[in-house]
Amino acid sequence: MILKGKVHKFGDDINTDDIIAAKYLVSTDEKELGKHCLENIRADFVQNIAAGDIIVAGRNFGCGSSREHAPLAIKGCGISAVLARSFAGIFFRNAINIGLPFLELENTGQISEGDDLEIDLSTGSIKNLSKEKIYKTQAFPKFLEQIISRGGLINWVKASNKRVKKK
Amino acid sequence: MGFTIAEKILASHSGKKAVSPGEFIEAKLDVALGNDITAPIAIAEFKKSGVKKVFAKNKIVLVPDHFAPAKDLRSANQCKILADFAKEQSIKHYFEVGCMGIEHVLLPEKKLVLPGDLIIGADSHTCTYGALGSYATGVGSTDLARAFIDGKCWFKVPATHKFIYKGKLNKWVGGKDLILYTIGNIGVDGALYKVLEFGGPVIKQLGMDDRFAMSNMAIEAGGRAGIIEPDARTLKYCQGASRKFKVYHSDKDAVYEKVYEYDVSGLEPQVACPHLPSNVKPVSALTDIELTQVVIGSCTNGRISDLRVAAAILKGKKVKSGLRLIVIPATQNIYLQAAKEGLAEIFVKAGGIFFTPTCGPCLGGHVGILTEGERCLATTNRNFIGRMGSPRSEVYLSSPAVAAASAITGRITYPEEI
Repeated sequence: MILKGKVHKFGDDINTDDIIAAKYLVSTDEKELGKHCLENIRADFVQNIAAGDIIVAGRNFGCGSSREHAPLAIKGCGISAVLARSFAGIFFRNAINIGLPFLELENTGQISEGDDLEIDLSTGSIKNLSKEKIYKTQAFPKFLEQIISRGGLINWVKASNKRVKKK
Repeated sequence: MGFTIAEKILASHSGKKAVSPGEFIEAKLDVALGNDITAPIAIAEFKKSGVKKVFAKNKIVLVPDHFAPAKDLRSANQCKILADFAKEQSIKHYFEVGCMGIEHVLLPEKKLVLPGDLIIGADSHTCTYGALGSYATGVGSTDLARAFIDGKCWFKVPATHKFIYKGKLNKWVGGKDLILYTIGNIGVDGALYKVLEFGGPVIKQLGMDDRFAMSNMAIEAGGRAGIIEPDARTLKYCQGASRKFKVYHSDKDAVYEKVYEYDVSGLEPQVACPHLPSNVKPVSALTDIELTQVVIGSCTNGRISDLRVAAAILKGKKVKSGLRLIVIPATQNIYLQAAKEGLAEIFVKAGGIFFTPTCGPCLGGHVGILTEGERCLATTNRNFIGRMGSPRSEVYLSSPAVAAASAITGRITYPEEI
């Protein structure tokens, strides 16, 4: 799958309270959560994105809470993928499990706010159309690739689990 | 080659002789936990899967604690989703208001989590139970939904970092200070995707409440778990458990990716400044920071020994005029015990409030939300931007002793000063 969009840049340690503040956790609807994505640290973020845009961040993206509302809010506001130098453990799981495209990229420092990127998820290759550069990322391990290709954890379990198959 | 306690627990639950860091495994869970924020998504995903019955009604724990007692209509709806699901599925360990407490204090207290267990919780501070010598880790709602289906979870086996604490602790210094000092030293991603294993002579001397506070904040350094090997104190704590458990120890020749050794003699109480738990300074460097609110409670420091320390400092004293002191015992048992011992009276007479168990202000839920320009010192675990309310408010993190002393003076204070 090819994803194309403009870059919105963030720094290190973007936490789940930044991504979606706790006061909005009375909803589980991704569109509603999406309206408040990242508002505590960039109040006009949601107003300035077009569908397909891409978040590029530093280290430890998604640190903090378990709240799956965070990747849901990112999906819900129209962001197509997140690139970061590293991801926090629970956010990493959540993104895999709900099917939010994300890639680890060491040199996110070479990408600037507003750059146009084209991401080929099948090869992990990222084209920076604004800077005419190509960045390579590591493919997901096979185990995770299976979950991703099934469209998330529950579908993967449904395909492999006897309790689900029987019904 | 030997193995760490984390590797042994993960191996035994995945039917393998051994596991090594980086390996993907599927493992059987002893306990799967959800709360009023995370379980509603898990329950919806479970229902969508088409499976009719949860894998085991006695291994799932549901605790409405974040926005409970329901702070508003929408929170009430979320709490009701838990109550209805618990009833429909005959979930044995559902804790309604009146029985409930903050999940990570409640589950050990009820002996629902035990040494050697493999536990997931759809809450990042699930790592608290590592203090019992279990492998306990925070996951998301979809992981919890999957656990409802077949009682399993996928893991990428983390490498372990060992932290050894030596020396003699000063008065007023405990588990909270040790973990803040550690996070300050290694950073909020210093143990990203690692197990933190805490040990050494200082840890052996710590009571269980202090150990829970340390394991609780392993996630604040990026850790997947924060484990302390069980000892006589752990086993005493687990007396009366209604099921058998297995005690694991790390081998002498276990492989650690990193080993840190700290001499903590002379360490001052530690305080994390806005807006990261790693922004840590000794308390004496911050004594001119004025406060509008002090919160004593949470899954980090809402236990009885925390309340005892705070009450000993506040006894016969008054909270600084204009400052709000909010004390929240973490469970009903702790609430009762604090009342029996006269601690509740001390807090109220000092001019504080003594609230019913809830996560409440820690995540800016309810009971003590901060507005623009306000500053709180809390015994909680996170001080991110807007964590307790307005993005233009500030949260500092400390031990209950520092929090209590600071409530009296209205600024961050070394308890020695009182």
